[in-house]
Amino acid sequence: MDISFWDIICQDYVIIALVVVLLTALCSSLFGVTLVLKRFSYIGDGLSHAAFGVMAVAAVLNLSNSLWLTLPITIVVAIILLCGGPNSKIKGDASIAIISVSALAIGYVLMNVFGTSPNVSGDICSALFGSMSIVNMGTTELFVAIGLSVFVLVVFVLLYHKIFAITFDENFAKATGTKTKVLQVLMAIVLAVLIVLAMKLVGSLLVSALIIFPALSAMRIFKSFLGVTIASSIIGVCCAFVGFLLAVLIPSLPVGATIVLVNLVSFGIFSCIAAFAKKAA
Amino acid sequence: MAQIKATNLNIGYDNNVVAKNLCFEINKGDYVCVVGENGSGKSTLIKTLLGLLPKLGGNFEFAEGLQKTGIGYLPQRTDFQKDFPASVKEIVLSGCLANKKFKVFYSKKDKILAEENMRHLEIFDLKNKPFSVLSGGQQQRVLLARALCSTKDLLVLDEPVSGLDTISTHEMYDVLKKLNQSGITIIMVSHDLNSVTKFASHILHIGKDVFFGTAKGYEQTPQFKKLVEQGGHNNGH
Repeated sequence: MDISFWDIICQDYVIIALVVVLLTALCSSLFGVTLVLKRFSYIGDGLSHAAFGVMAVAAVLNLSNSLWLTLPITIVVAIILLCGGPNSKIKGDASIAIISVSALAIGYVLMNVFGTSPNVSGDICSALFGSMSIVNMGTTELFVAIGLSVFVLVVFVLLYHKIFAITFDENFAKATGTKTKVLQVLMAIVLAVLIVLAMKLVGSLLVSALIIFPALSAMRIFKSFLGVTIASSIIGVCCAFVGFLLAVLIPSLPVGATIVLVNLVSFGIFSCIAAFAKKAA
Repeated sequence: MAQIKATNLNIGYDNNVVAKNLCFEINKGDYVCVVGENGSGKSTLIKTLLGLLPKLGGNFEFAEGLQKTGIGYLPQRTDFQKDFPASVKEIVLSGCLANKKFKVFYSKKDKILAEENMRHLEIFDLKNKPFSVLSGGQQQRVLLARALCSTKDLLVLDEPVSGLDTISTHEMYDVLKKLNQSGITIIMVSHDLNSVTKFASHILHIGKDVFFGTAKGYEQTPQFKKLVEQGGHNNGH
């Protein structure tokens, strides 16, 4: 049993997939802290549905790599949604709902009507819930994933203090000379990159789980921004690792959904610990 | 030369003018209180001066060099999320980002400045505590320390004592008085008329009848008497 398990793990495609999974989880959980605290979680959700629509268009157009279409369009939608301004809060909520349901409907119709693949419902299912197997991740996807992750990580590290400042108090940051508009656009781009990156793995319906769960778990216990950020990334990576191993060991488990469930369990555990700590104090 | 000079300034939200034709001149070392009824545009004025809202007419200008050294801002407390995970130190240090072009790490100088301001406001012992567990008065002092990290010249405060108990309110006024005596200009929105006339050097009353002048002169005006009569926010004479 042990030998066959290691045999599976040591296959090239498994290692490639594992690297992609861990990088994706790391990036999503890092930015998740800011997105959750800025009450942007729902934007991620809407955005991933929009990305699904674009992916359907790419599938219909028979593009060999859908990324070149999904990435730019998702970035544009993210900028529109995120930089619409807080003045139109209710309108913003509604516009996100409109964009996300329209994109889902358009995507579904397009794939059914014009889909050329022999297994349309299978394609749709994997776009919504992530790939069933990890076999189809090639070296191109590995390099794209590494490139995007490095971009996200570099942005995060370089702008960490500014990100804290605008997350905690955007007005103060703006009043004291921080270019909040530029940062906002940058955040929108990063969010779009994250979603495109994570969508391959967990599918567009489950993307926001990867972004918000680790941050929420970390916030149960840690009370400083740095603490939450570090804890969130560790939790995100560990959950992704465990979920991935489970999915490798038990072939009937879909990778994405399993990772999300592991995240859910860890959120439960952290909530319990926080509750006990509160009682003890 | 005046630190801030406004001529016929119109302010408001979304092109609705809330107050118009404001004229005032604030000099270095002044202690200016902005008063007026609810909805008269006090916070709007502050936000306009800070560049958070566009002006809707007229003009205002800062003395040269003021914007380079920065303005310290203490927002209304209601603007904060209760459960935000941030330590006192993290928040105070974030004031050091003001007007810095690009910065990956805080410098030694920033850390010393933050420490000085935390000691000065007696919150140094709390530096690793989460912001969310502090009392109202402590939270205000943390935010004031952050504001002091971003300025040496001008502090702008939006109702710094609202929601504070009597002791914290007194402490806050003491701190502000000392800061003012050390040469920092203070512009403060307030509801607390007693303290306003006691501490301020100048009053800007906005509403139907705009008044700008010394605090002594303000006490003789019909605007002051009307506000006192309304008494809603006047904590007993």
